[in-house]
Amino acid sequence: MSQGRHTAPESLAAFPNPYRPWEAEVAERIQESPSIFTLWLRLTDGAVRTGYRFAPGQFNMLYLYGVGEVAISIVSDPHEEKLIGHTLRAVGRVTQGLAQLKPGDRLGLRGPYGRGWPLDAAEGRDVLLVTGGLGCAPVVAVINYVLLRRERFGRLTLIQGVKHADELIWRERYAYWRSLPNTQVLLAADHGGPLWPWHVGLVTEVFDRAEIVPEHSFVMMCGPEGMLRAGARQLAERGVAEERIYLSMERNMRCAVRHCGHCQFGARFVCRDGPVFAYPEVKELLGVRGF
Amino acid sequence: MTEHGSISGGPGFLARDRLQALIDGILAAGYACLGPKVRDGAILYEPLDNAAELPVGVRDRQIPGQYRLECGDGPRCFAWATGPQALKPHLFAPREVLWRAERGPDGRIVFSDPQAGVKPVALFGARACDLAALRLQDRHFLEGPYPDPHYAARRRKLLVVAVNCSHPAQTCFCASTGDGPHASAGYDLALTEFDDGFVIHAGSATGARLVEPLRLSAATPAQREAQARQAEQAAQSQSRSLPSRNLRSALFANLEHPRWSDVAERCLSCGNCTSVCPTCFCHSEAEELDLGGARSEHVRQWDSCFTAGHGYMNGHQVRPDTRTRYRQWLTHKLGGWHDQYGRSGCVGCGRCIAWCPAEIDLTEEAAAICGASA
Repeated sequence: MSQGRHTAPESLAAFPNPYRPWEAEVAERIQESPSIFTLWLRLTDGAVRTGYRFAPGQFNMLYLYGVGEVAISIVSDPHEEKLIGHTLRAVGRVTQGLAQLKPGDRLGLRGPYGRGWPLDAAEGRDVLLVTGGLGCAPVVAVINYVLLRRERFGRLTLIQGVKHADELIWRERYAYWRSLPNTQVLLAADHGGPLWPWHVGLVTEVFDRAEIVPEHSFVMMCGPEGMLRAGARQLAERGVAEERIYLSMERNMRCAVRHCGHCQFGARFVCRDGPVFAYPEVKELLGVRGF
Repeated sequence: MTEHGSISGGPGFLARDRLQALIDGILAAGYACLGPKVRDGAILYEPLDNAAELPVGVRDRQIPGQYRLECGDGPRCFAWATGPQALKPHLFAPREVLWRAERGPDGRIVFSDPQAGVKPVALFGARACDLAALRLQDRHFLEGPYPDPHYAARRRKLLVVAVNCSHPAQTCFCASTGDGPHASAGYDLALTEFDDGFVIHAGSATGARLVEPLRLSAATPAQREAQARQAEQAAQSQSRSLPSRNLRSALFANLEHPRWSDVAERCLSCGNCTSVCPTCFCHSEAEELDLGGARSEHVRQWDSCFTAGHGYMNGHQVRPDTRTRYRQWLTHKLGGWHDQYGRSGCVGCGRCIAWCPAEIDLTEEAAAICGASA
C-alpha cells in the first residue's frame, strides 16, 4: 500500500448535479385558510415523473424562479402517480411567492429527501399521531396513508393541538375522521373561544383520554419542540417504548443533501438523517436551546 | 489524476538548485502550479512558475490574534508554518454557481449546469494538517449519498505536493490531534526541506512519474535520519494541545458550563475562525436574478455558524446569541464530527487562534470547558 492511499479518489465519474431542480407545473391550487394553501404539482419531464418515488414524511425542495428554494413536506399519497401535493403556509419570501402561483405556472422541484415515517414497521400496530401547531403536513400524510390502507393498521388515534381555536384547518376532515370506526380524534386549543367544543389547554393534557395500548402502539409526532419533548416523555412514562416514538424535526434545510450544514441538530443532519427520528436518536438535545 | 498502488523506489534527494526542474516538470505535465508566495503580508498559494518566487528566508510568527511575516536568513523556502488558507478554497470554492435557470416568454423554466472547464492544478507546499483537512472535506463532499460534482471536478484534477512542516508556529497543535507535522498520506509527492535540498518521496504513481525524469540519487541514511529528527523536533516544538482527541462526551456533558458565557463576552461572532478553518464546510445559497429577469443563477458561498442566518428557521432563531453560536462551533468541531466522520473536525492547524481578532484560543476554551471530564 502506498502512503498516498488518500490521494485523489480514483472512481470519480461525472456525478449528476444534486442541487439542480426539475421543472414542475402547478396542476391545482387550493386555499385551505387565509394563509395556508395546497399546491398539486406535476413534474413536466415524463421520465423524471415516472422515476419519482417518495415515502410519507419525506420532503421536496420547491424553487420559486429568481427567488430561491424552500423545504416542504409532501402531503400526497406515495401511490398517487401523477401529482405531488404540498401544503404550505405563506410566511417567508419564497412561500409568499409560491402562494401567488396559479394553475399552469412553473416552478422547480427536487427531491424527495430525508427519512420518512416508519409506516412498514407500524403495520399491524395501533397508531397514535400527535401534532401541535397548524397545518402539520407531515402528519396529515400519515393520516391519509393509514386511512387508505385502513385494514393494515390497528386503532388510529389523532391528537391535534393548536394555539387558537381558529387556527385549526380542515375542521370538517377531523369531523369525518372521528366518525370512522376504530378511530379516535382528540383536539385541544390553548385558547378555545366560543365555538370550541373540545379541550382547552395543552395537547399533552388529553393523553389521559387517548384509548391506547402503549405496548401495542407506534407514536408519530410533529410540532413545536417543547411539545415534542413533553409529549415523548409523557408517552414513554405511560409505557410506550422510546424507540417506537417518532418525531418529525424541523430545521433550516437549505441544500437538502447534507452538505450546507444549516440543518445540523447536534451531529445529525436533519435533511438526511431525519426529518423523522426515533426519540432516542434526538433525546439528548431535544429542547436544549441553541441546537 | 492519481493512481493508487505501490511506488517503486525509496525517497530520493533533490538538490536545492534543481527545485526549478521539478516545477518545470509539473508545468510540462499540464498542471497550473500554485505555490506559496508572500502577498499582503501573508503567505498565499498563488500561481508559481519560478522557484525564485518562493518565500526564501521568510518566517511566520503566529500568536493568538496575530500573524506576522519576518525576514530571516538561510536558503529555506518553507521555514514557515501556515498561511491563512489551506487547500479548501481551491476545491470548495468560496463562491460558485451551482446551476442556472432560464425562463422563457411562455413561462417555462429550463435548468442547466454551469460550464465545467476545470484545469489540472498542482498545489505545491501543502502541510500535513492541510492534507488531513482535505481528507475530511473529501469525505463530506464526495463520500456521502450526494457527491458534489463541482468539488469533484476540481478534486480529480488536483496534484498535491506536500512539504513537511519543519517550523510550526506557536499556534500549531497538529501533533496533539495526530495530523502532523509530518505528512503520512494524501499526497502525490512529499518533500522534506533541508538547507541544501529536499528529501522527496512519491505517494502516487503520478508523483513517481514526475520525479523519475529528475534521475535523483537515493536519499542517504543520514538524510533519512535527519528527516526523522526534523519531524520529531517540529512535533516537540509545539506547546499547545487539545485535552484529548475525542472531546465529544466531555463537551456535550458541559453544555451549561459558565465558560460558554465567558467566551461569548470576548467573541465578536465575526466568523474569521470558520473562514480560515480548513475543514468548515457550511455554505449558504443565494439566487441572483439578472436585470432582465430571464436568467437566474443559483450561487453558493461560504457561510459561518456565527451568522444570524445560519440558525434561522421559519421566523425563529435557533441560535440567537454568541454563546449558543460559539457553543455550536466548538461542540460540532470537536464533538459532532466524531459521530459524522469518526474523528474530530480539528486538524490542529491553529489558524482559528491566529486569525481571531479577540485572541480566543480554541485549545484553551476546550480545556476550560472539558476540564476534568476530558
